[in-house]
Amino acid sequence: MDINLIKSQFPIFTKRIKGKPLVYLDSSNSSQKPISVLNSLDYFYRNKFSNIGRSIHSLAVNATNKFDETRISVKNFINAYSKDEIIFTKNATESINLVASTFGQENIKKGDEILITELEHHSNYVPWHYLREQKGAIIKFAPINEDGDIIISKLRDLITSKTKIIAVTHLSNVTGTIVPIKEIVEIARKKNIPVLVDGCQSAPHIKIDVKDLDCDFYAFSAHKVYGPTGVGLLYAKKKWLEKLPPYIGGGGMINEVYKDKITYASIPEKYEAGTMPTAEVIAFNESIKFMESIGIQNIIKHEKELTNYALEKLKKINSVKIIGNPINKAGVISFVIKGIHPHDISTIVDEEGVAIRAGQHCCQILHDRLNLPATARASIGVYNTKEDIDILCKAIENCRKVFELK
Amino acid sequence: MDLKQLYQDIILEHGKSPRNFGKCEKYTHEAKGHNPLCGDQVHVYLKLNNEKNVDNVTFEGSGCAISIASTSIMTELVKGKSLEVAKKIVIDFLNMIKNTQEIKSNDLDEDQKIKIMSLSGVKQYPMRVKCATLAWHTLTSAINRKKEEVNTEVID
Repeated sequence: MDINLIKSQFPIFTKRIKGKPLVYLDSSNSSQKPISVLNSLDYFYRNKFSNIGRSIHSLAVNATNKFDETRISVKNFINAYSKDEIIFTKNATESINLVASTFGQENIKKGDEILITELEHHSNYVPWHYLREQKGAIIKFAPINEDGDIIISKLRDLITSKTKIIAVTHLSNVTGTIVPIKEIVEIARKKNIPVLVDGCQSAPHIKIDVKDLDCDFYAFSAHKVYGPTGVGLLYAKKKWLEKLPPYIGGGGMINEVYKDKITYASIPEKYEAGTMPTAEVIAFNESIKFMESIGIQNIIKHEKELTNYALEKLKKINSVKIIGNPINKAGVISFVIKGIHPHDISTIVDEEGVAIRAGQHCCQILHDRLNLPATARASIGVYNTKEDIDILCKAIENCRKVFELK
Repeated sequence: MDLKQLYQDIILEHGKSPRNFGKCEKYTHEAKGHNPLCGDQVHVYLKLNNEKNVDNVTFEGSGCAISIASTSIMTELVKGKSLEVAKKIVIDFLNMIKNTQEIKSNDLDEDQKIKIMSLSGVKQYPMRVKCATLAWHTLTSAINRKKEEVNTEVID
C-alpha cells in the first residue's frame, strides 16, 4: 500500500498546527476523515437532502435507499448474519447504554451479577453502574496482569450462577491489548451467558467477524473508523433485538399508535426513534469503502510495523516507560516519562504539531489498577508514517530538554 | 508562544522541588481537590493561630509541573499572612489567571509578585488553566471548611 497516497486523501494533513505539519497521533480518541467522506456529506446536503422513511417523494426514496446501503455495508464489514441486526445509534456509548438498559430491564434483578474487566472504558462501565444503582446488581471486574492482559482463568472463576452478562472490550484504549474475545465467548457459552463486546478501538484496526466471535452484542462508533461524528453502531443477534423492549420512544420506531395501545416497528427500526443522522450514516458508507479499498490485512500490516517501530524508538529514549506489554498489542501506545507529567508532555509536543492525548483516557479503574495518576498516549491510524513517529520522538526529546532531564 | 513563557525556570524549579510539601502538624483546616480529567490531586493543610494568621500551610498530592508549582508558590505566598490577606491573594491570583487582571494586592513583596506572575503564562493555554487554579480553589475550600472535595469539573 502507498502510504503517501492514503495520507493525501485526508485534507487535514495539508493544514499546519502552530506553523508545523500536523502529526496526528490521537486516532484512538477520534480519527481524521478522508475526502470521500467529506464529499459525501457535502453532496448529500447540497443535492440530495431529505429525511428517510416517511415521505414518498424522490429525494426521500433516494435517502432511504442510501441509508439502507450503509446498513448493508456495515453488515458485510463485521460479517453479521442480517442487516436487520445492525442498529444505528448516536455513538458506541449509546449502543452500550441501549443494551444495558433494555437487557437490564428484563433480565437483571437484585443480586444479579454483571462481569466486566479492569480494562474497560467508562462507557462500558457506567451504563452497567446504572443497573447497580437502579436494580441492586453487582458489578465484578475481571483482573488484568502487569502486562495489561486479562487473566482469563480469573475471569472464569468470577462467573457464578448469578452472572447475567459479560461486557468486555475487544481492544484496550490504554494498553492496546487485543482481548481474546473468542475464548471469553466460549467460556460464556458453556454457562449460557450473553457477551457484549465494546469494539470502539478494534473496528478501525483489526478484522471484525461477529459470526466467528459469536458474541451477542458488538458496539462501535463511526467517528473512530474514519467516519463522521454522530453515528454509533450496534450489532445484536436477532433473537435479542426481537426479544428485548424498545429503548427510545418516538416517531419511526412504532407500528400502530392508538389512544389505548401502541405497537412497535420490527427490527431494526424498533431501535431507531426520531430523525437519524441521515447524511452522516450515508457518508459512513464511504468510510467503509475507504477501509476496504486499502484492505484490512494491509491496514493491520502497516499499523503493526509502525507500532513496532514506535515501541523500539520510544524505548530507546531515556526515562520513557511504555505502559503494558500485552501478548497481542495494537497501535495504542501509552507511556510515562519519569520527571514529566503527561499533561506537560502533551503541551510541549503540541508545539511541534504533535497531537497526543494525556490523562486517564476515560479509564480511571485501569489507571488506579496500574497505580498511575495519568499517562500520555500516542495512537496510530492508517495515515501515520515512520516520519510521524520520528517527529514524536524528537518532540519527546524536547520535553526532556525543557525539563532539563539528564 | 514560546514554551519558556509557560515553563519558566521558577515553575520548573518549584515543580521539581515543591516547598511546604507534606502534612503539617496540628493543622486546623484541610480540603481535598481533584481534577478528574487529568488525575491531578491535591490535599491542602492549613494551620491558623488564635489571631487568625496563617501559621503554616502545606500540601500533598500529585500533578503536572504547572499544578505542583502553582500549589508550592501558593503556600509560600500565604504563609505568615493574616487570613484576610490570604483570601485577597487567592482572589487576586484567580482574577489574574481567569480575567487577565493585574495583581492588585499590596501585601506581596517584589519577589513574591515575580513568583505569582510566573504563572501568568498559563493564560495562553486554556486547557491548562485548571491545573494552575486547583490548589487555590482547594485552599479557599479549606478556609471555608467545606467538606466536599473540590472538583475542577464542578467549579468554573
